[in-house]
Amino acid sequence: MTIAASFKKRLKYFDLDISFSFAKKNMMVMIGPSGGGKTTIIRMLAGLEKPEEGRLAFWDEVWFDSMRGINIAPQKRRLGYVFQDYNLFPHLNLFDNAAFAAVDKLEVDGLFELFKIDHLKKRKPHMVSGGERQRCAICQALARHPRILLLDEPFSALDAMTRRGLREELKNLKGGMSFPIIYVTHDITEALYLADELLPVVEGKIYDQWMQRMVSR
Amino acid sequence: MDYLALYVTLKLALVTTIFLMVISAPVAYALAYYRFAGKSFLEALIYLPMALPPTVIGFYLIILMGPKGFVGKTWGMLTGGSLLFTFIGITIASIIYSIPFAVQPMKAAFSKIDRRMLESAYVLGLSKRATFFRVIIPNSVSGIAAAAVLVFLHSIGAFGVLLMVGGSIPGQTKVASIAIYEAVEMMNYQAAGMIALSFIPISYAFLLLINKLNEGSRT
Repeated sequence: MTIAASFKKRLKYFDLDISFSFAKKNMMVMIGPSGGGKTTIIRMLAGLEKPEEGRLAFWDEVWFDSMRGINIAPQKRRLGYVFQDYNLFPHLNLFDNAAFAAVDKLEVDGLFELFKIDHLKKRKPHMVSGGERQRCAICQALARHPRILLLDEPFSALDAMTRRGLREELKNLKGGMSFPIIYVTHDITEALYLADELLPVVEGKIYDQWMQRMVSR
Repeated sequence: MDYLALYVTLKLALVTTIFLMVISAPVAYALAYYRFAGKSFLEALIYLPMALPPTVIGFYLIILMGPKGFVGKTWGMLTGGSLLFTFIGITIASIIYSIPFAVQPMKAAFSKIDRRMLESAYVLGLSKRATFFRVIIPNSVSGIAAAAVLVFLHSIGAFGVLLMVGGSIPGQTKVASIAIYEAVEMMNYQAAGMIALSFIPISYAFLLLINKLNEGSRT
């Protein structure tokens, strides 16, 4: 099993109580309405938030276990995380951002070519568009050679055209990746386009009927 | 003109600034990012020199740094010398006198940094210490520069606390503000005027510098 997670946490409006696992090196899309706990779940996977109870294992490594008092720091989980709108460091240019935690800085050039931002290497984040920033954020995450890639609504702040383009690039990229990807979105079209597996989350719980209702609509 | 007093003043301000930048950064970091028991008491204690008359600070420093005081006695045992009426003595006094002006702007600059930027660094594998040096410090340059300029300017203007702890020994503890005071006491307005005038370009240049740094951090 690639990932086996079970989390319980009291949130402001509901109790999050979820268990899921996923086995293949593919893309799992966590879909559901905004405010349903998806970001909290992905933050708990990254180690940025702590569940009150639960367990999280990645392959044979236990990252979190409330019973045994295990909580591996985010630094040691070696994962890639692309936030909705805040990955890049404003004091660094795009290349230095992507190379910030790169295993091999020479690879960054290749990633920039792949994501068509190699002409923007020397620009600071505020000098490029939102789409270009997110492309760079994906390069930054990939350059670290992550064991799993977490994408938290990475394109939701972008316009429809850019979003569609990036969605396609991500789908193409996915085929060549040797690690699993967890993608969070509230956009049903995006979810159906990208997902190998779907995890519908509503008010902190898996809710299959919601998905069926949305698809039939 | 009393160049020696001017030299002592600038040397004192420079040493105070360097020391305070180094020791205030971790203090400001702890105040900005950590919750711990007695935090508000510690913060108030750090800012206390700002609220106390300089002579009150000077008085307690004389007690502490005098031959019978804890700091003075320890210093005497270690070095065989005295802290009062020495450059090291007035440097300690200047550091304590200016500490709020270093910690407060640095804490404000660190607090302004978006937590998500720090989370991004942690996920990328940076320890808290590495995040401090590679993310927090570079994104707080204007706040740190503001702290350095404030400390420097505050130090060159110190008078009461230095006079009490250091007296007026030329080349050692006699700073420009004391030289001005003594020149006025002796009705030598020309000498006082010369030293006073030399402060204006120094202070003005530093304020220009902080403006430049602020502009730089915005682009």
